[in-house]
Amino acid sequence: MKSLLKYMKPYTKECVLGPFFKLLEASFELFVPLVIASIVDFGIANGDKGYILQRCGLLLLLGVVGLAFSITAQYFSAKAAVGFSAKLRHVLFAHIQSLSYTEMDTLGISTLITRMTSDINQVQSGVNLTLRLLMRSPFVVFGAMVMAFTVDVKSAWIFAVVIPLLSVVVFSIMAASMPLYRSVQQKLDRVLGITHENLTGVRVIRAFCKKNEEIERFDAASEALKRSQKFVGRISALMNPLTYVLINAAVIVLIYTGALQVNMGILTQGAVLALYNYMSQILVELIKLANLIISITKALACAKRIETVMQVTSSIAESENAVSGKEDSIAVQFEHVGLTYAGAGEPSLSDISFTAYKGQTIGIIGGTGSGKTSLVNLIGRFYDATEGAVYVNGVDVKDYKLNVLRDKIGMVIQKAVLFSGSIRENILWGKKDATDAEIWDALAVAQAKDVVENKEGQLDAMVEQGGSNFSGGQRQRLTIARALVKKPSILILDDSASALDYATDAALRKAIYNRKDAPTTFIVSQRASSIRYADQIIVLEDGVAVGIGSHESLLQNCPVYEEIYYSQFERKEA
Amino acid sequence: MAKAKKMPKGRQLATIRKVLHYLKKYMFFVCCSILLASLLIALSLYIPILVGKAIDCMIAKGQVDFNTITMYLWKIGICTVSAALCQWLMDTMNNRVTFSVIRDMRQKAFRKLQNLPLSYLDTHPSGEFVSRMIADVDQFSDGLLMGFTQFFTGAITILGTLIFMLVLNPGITLVVVLITPLSLFVANFIAKHTYTMFKLQSETRGEQTAFIDEMIGNQKIVSAFGHEKEALEKFDEINDRLQKYSLRAMFFSSITNPATRFVNSVVYAGVALTGAMTVISGGITVGQLSCFLGYANQYTKPFNEISGVIAELQNALACASRLFDLISQPSQTAEDHDAVTLEGVSGSVDLNKVSFSYRPDQRLIEDLNLQVKPGQRIAIVGPTGCGKTTLINLLMRFYDVHDGNITVDDYDIRHLTRKSLRRSFGMVLQDTWLKKGTIRENIVMGKPDATQEEILVASKLAHSYSFIKRLPKGFDTEIAEDGGNLSAGQKQLLCITRVMLCRPSMLLLDEATSSIDTRTEMRIQRAFSHLMEGHTSFIVAHRLSTIKEADLILVMKAGRIIEQGTHESLLNENGFYSELYAAQFSQT
Repeated sequence: MKSLLKYMKPYTKECVLGPFFKLLEASFELFVPLVIASIVDFGIANGDKGYILQRCGLLLLLGVVGLAFSITAQYFSAKAAVGFSAKLRHVLFAHIQSLSYTEMDTLGISTLITRMTSDINQVQSGVNLTLRLLMRSPFVVFGAMVMAFTVDVKSAWIFAVVIPLLSVVVFSIMAASMPLYRSVQQKLDRVLGITHENLTGVRVIRAFCKKNEEIERFDAASEALKRSQKFVGRISALMNPLTYVLINAAVIVLIYTGALQVNMGILTQGAVLALYNYMSQILVELIKLANLIISITKALACAKRIETVMQVTSSIAESENAVSGKEDSIAVQFEHVGLTYAGAGEPSLSDISFTAYKGQTIGIIGGTGSGKTSLVNLIGRFYDATEGAVYVNGVDVKDYKLNVLRDKIGMVIQKAVLFSGSIRENILWGKKDATDAEIWDALAVAQAKDVVENKEGQLDAMVEQGGSNFSGGQRQRLTIARALVKKPSILILDDSASALDYATDAALRKAIYNRKDAPTTFIVSQRASSIRYADQIIVLEDGVAVGIGSHESLLQNCPVYEEIYYSQFERKEA
Repeated sequence: MAKAKKMPKGRQLATIRKVLHYLKKYMFFVCCSILLASLLIALSLYIPILVGKAIDCMIAKGQVDFNTITMYLWKIGICTVSAALCQWLMDTMNNRVTFSVIRDMRQKAFRKLQNLPLSYLDTHPSGEFVSRMIADVDQFSDGLLMGFTQFFTGAITILGTLIFMLVLNPGITLVVVLITPLSLFVANFIAKHTYTMFKLQSETRGEQTAFIDEMIGNQKIVSAFGHEKEALEKFDEINDRLQKYSLRAMFFSSITNPATRFVNSVVYAGVALTGAMTVISGGITVGQLSCFLGYANQYTKPFNEISGVIAELQNALACASRLFDLISQPSQTAEDHDAVTLEGVSGSVDLNKVSFSYRPDQRLIEDLNLQVKPGQRIAIVGPTGCGKTTLINLLMRFYDVHDGNITVDDYDIRHLTRKSLRRSFGMVLQDTWLKKGTIRENIVMGKPDATQEEILVASKLAHSYSFIKRLPKGFDTEIAEDGGNLSAGQKQLLCITRVMLCRPSMLLLDEATSSIDTRTEMRIQRAFSHLMEGHTSFIVAHRLSTIKEADLILVMKAGRIIEQGTHESLLNENGFYSELYAAQFSQT
C-alpha cells in the first residue's frame, strides 16, 4: 500500500479535511447525552419549560451542524477516493503497457484485468470508508469514555474496563473467522471450476457419459462449501450475543454504582442517564468499526495485489543512446542466439545463426513447440535473447529505441485479433495517417478486398469486440492488411494463414512477393507448401536449427525436413 | 452497486413463490428463527424499560431504593442472557437455512446443466452460466440472509417498539410516528437522484472494462504496433469521465446517511421536548423518558436501513429469478421409455433425407442421404461452414435432426439410449478438452477400470507416452484446468489416447490432429488405421493428405454432399475436390 500512497498526494488536503469534518461531527454527537442530562437535572427538576425548549433547540442545532459537517466530510472523502483510484487506474494501465511479453506471460492477462477493474474498485471504496469512518468510530468510542470521565471519574472506570474487553472479543472473533473466509473462497472457486469445466467440456462429458460422476463431484464440492460456510457463520454469529452480554453487564454495574453515588449525593439522576447513553453509543460504534476493518482488510489485500503488479518492471530495458539504424543490405542477422524463457528449465532456442538479406523470404518450419514463434519474436525484441545477439539492419536490437525498431516491422501473430471499431480504424493501427487508397492497396495484397467489399459500409463497417462478426479466415486476412499498410521493411507472418485455404494462401504470398519494395518476409508455417519457395528455409526441431537452406538442398541434406515434406506431399515416382 | 433493475410485480411474486418452495424443506428452522426473533426483540425492548425503572429508583441523595434496583438489575441480567442466547440460535439457524438453500439451488442448476440441450449451451456464452451459478447465487444468499436478519428483525423491531411506546405514552409516540416517515422520504428522494448517477457510472465502468479487456488482452498486438500512446489516451478519456461520474455517484449516495441521521436527531429532539414536558406534568417518569429516547433511536434505525435492504432484496430476487430462468429451461428430449440399448455394434450407419439447421432462418443440411457399411472409413471435406462438424453433432445426437432420420444398425438413433449410442462412438474434437486432475484421470475417462498396462499401450499408440514420461510425475502429473500447462498439440495427443484406450466400435474424428505437426500426425494416423481396422469411422479433416486412404470421401459444400467417391475417382472427376487438392499442393 505504501508505494501506492504517493498517488494520494494530490488529495492531501481532502484526506485531512475529510476525517477532520467527520471528527467535528462526531464530537457534536457526543454532546447530546450531556444536553439530555441537563434537561433532566435542571429543566425537569425545576419544571423550567423555557429551559427545556431552549435545550431542545440546542439538540436541533447540534443536528444541523452535524449534518453540515458530515456532508462536507463525505464530499472530501469521495473526492479523494475517486481521484486516487482514477490516478491509480491510469498509472497501472500505463505500467501494464510498458511490460514486455515475458512479464505478460508470467502475470497472466486475466489477472491483470482483475487488478485493473475489481481490485481498484475495492481499493476505492476502501479509501472512501477509511477516510469517513476509520477515525470516527474509535473517536466516538474513546470520546464516549472521555466524556464519561468528565461526568464521573469513578463510573468512568467501568468504561475503561469494558472497552478493552469488547475490543478483545470483537477482534478475536474477526481474527478467527478471516482465515476461514479464505477457505470458503477456495471452496467456492472449486465449485466455480467444476461448473466452468462442465460447460467447456460438455461434448466430451456427454460423449463419455460422465454425467453421474460429474454430478457426484459437484455435489461433494457444494456440500463442502456449505459446511465451510456454516462453520464460519457459527463463529461470526458469536459476535453480537457476546458484545451484547458484555455491554449489558457493564450497564448493570453502571446502574448499581450509579445508585450508590446518587444515594451519597455525588451524582444526579441525569448524570446516570448520560453515562448509560454513552455506553449504548459505544456498542454501535464498535460493531461499525469491526465491519469497517473487514472492508479495509479486503481493500488492503487488493492494494497489495496491485502493488505486486506495479513492482514488476519490464525486463526489456531501452538503451540510453538509442539509434535509429540504417537501411542495410542485411535485414536481419542472428548470431548464436539462444532463448530460455523465465522459469523454464530447458532453452526454447539454442545457437541459432542465420542472415536474411533485404527482400528475401525466409521460411520457418518445424513441429509444434519447436521454437518457431520464439524465433520471430526476437526480431521485434518482444523477448530478449538470453544468449548471442540479434541484429536488424546491422544494429543490435538492444541498441534501438523500441518504437523505432518495431516501426520497421509488420507483425501478424498467430491469433488473429481485431479491435472493436470500424474496419478502417483497425487498419489504421498500422499507419495512423494512411489514406483510403493505401488501405485498399493493403487489403488487396492481403486478399481481403472481397471481405470488406461484402460488408455494408465497407471500410466503415463495424468490427465487434474480438472481431466476432468475422470468420477466422477473414480476420486473418484483415490482420495481415493491418500489418501491410505501414509498408514495413520486415514482415513477419507467424502461422497467420492457417485458416486460409491453400489457394488463397498461395495468392497472398504471390501478392506480397510482387509488391514494389517487397519487404523481407518471415513466414512461419507448418505447411511445407507455404515455405516451399522461400529463399531460405530454417528447419527447427526442439529449438535447434537442424537445417538452413533452400528447399532442394534441405530435401537432400535434412532428414527432418524431408520427413515433414513427405508427410504432406506424395513422393514423386522417380 | 445500486443496480437493482425493477422487476414486474408478477414476476417478483412468482420468484418469491419459488424461493419459498426451496425453503419448504427447512420450514422447521425458519419457524424457529421467526419465533426466536420475536422473543429476541421483545427482550431487547424490555431491557431499556427495566433500566428506566431502575433509574427511577434513584431520585436524589438518600432517596435510593436499593432493593428494587437490585431486583431490576437481576431482571436485566436474565433478559440479557436469554436475548443473547436467542440471537445466537437465530443467527445459526439463519445461516444453516441460507447455505443449505443455496447449495440446493446450485445442485439443481448443475443437474440442469447436464440435461440442457446443446443448442442452448452453444448459443449462450459459458461465462453467463457460470455467473448465474456463482455470482448470482452468492448475491441471492446475501440477500436472503439479510432478508432474514435485517428486514425481518427490522420489521418486528418497528412493530415492537411502537407497541411498547404506545403502552408507555401515546402522546410522545405520536411525535415519533409523525416525524419518522420524513427519513424514508429523504432517503427515497436521494436514492431517486443518485440512480441516474449510478447508471452513468456503471455504464462508463462497463465501457472501461471492455476497453481494458481488449487492450490488455491483446497487449502483444498493441506493443507490436506501438499503439501504447493512443491506447493510453483513449483510456484516460474514459477514465476522466468515470472519475467525474463516480464522484457524483459516491457523493450523492453518501449524503443518505447524514441526512437520515439528521432526521433522527429531529425525532430525538422532538421526543426530548415532548417527553420532558410530559415528565413535568407528571405523565411519565425520567426513567421512562430515557426509555423513550432509546426507543426513538431504535425505532428510526430500521427505517434508515430499510431502503437499503429493500434494494438489496430486490436485487437478490432478480438474481434468483435469473437462476430460476435457467433451471426452468426445457431439457433435452427425454429418452423413450422403451429406448433400446445398443450392443455389439456392427457399424452400419444410414442417413435418410436428413435436414437440419441451427437457426430457422438459415438453411444448412437438407435432404442428406448416406449409407455407410460396417467397417467403412468415411472422410468429410469441404470449406469452413459447410456442415462437416454438424454431421458429427447429429451422429452423436448432440442435436436432433429436424427431418428424416439417422439409423445405427437399423435403429433410429432417437430410439436408442443416449448412453449406449455415445458409448459406441469414440470422439476426438478439434477443441481439446481436459479436466483438472492427473493425466491418468483424464486418460481413463472412458474406461475407469483400465489397467496400467492398457494405459501404457494406448499412450504409446497415440504417441503421447514420449511427452508424458518426461513430465515431473509421469501419469500422475496434475494438469491445470483445461490443460493450461500443456501445449495444444499435447492436449490433442491426450484426447486421442483417451479414445485409443476405449477401443470404441465407431470413431468420429473432427480435425483431431489439426494442432499436431504433420510428422507426428502421420504416426498417429498409422495408429488410428490400426484402431479403425474393421470399425466404421468418420473423419473430418482440413489437410487432405490425411484422408486419402478413406473408403469414401464426401465433399460437402453449403450443407450438401456435392461429390463422393474415393480419392482417385474424385481426382479423375476434376471437380471441387480436385480443385481443393490442387490448391493444397499447389506450387507458388
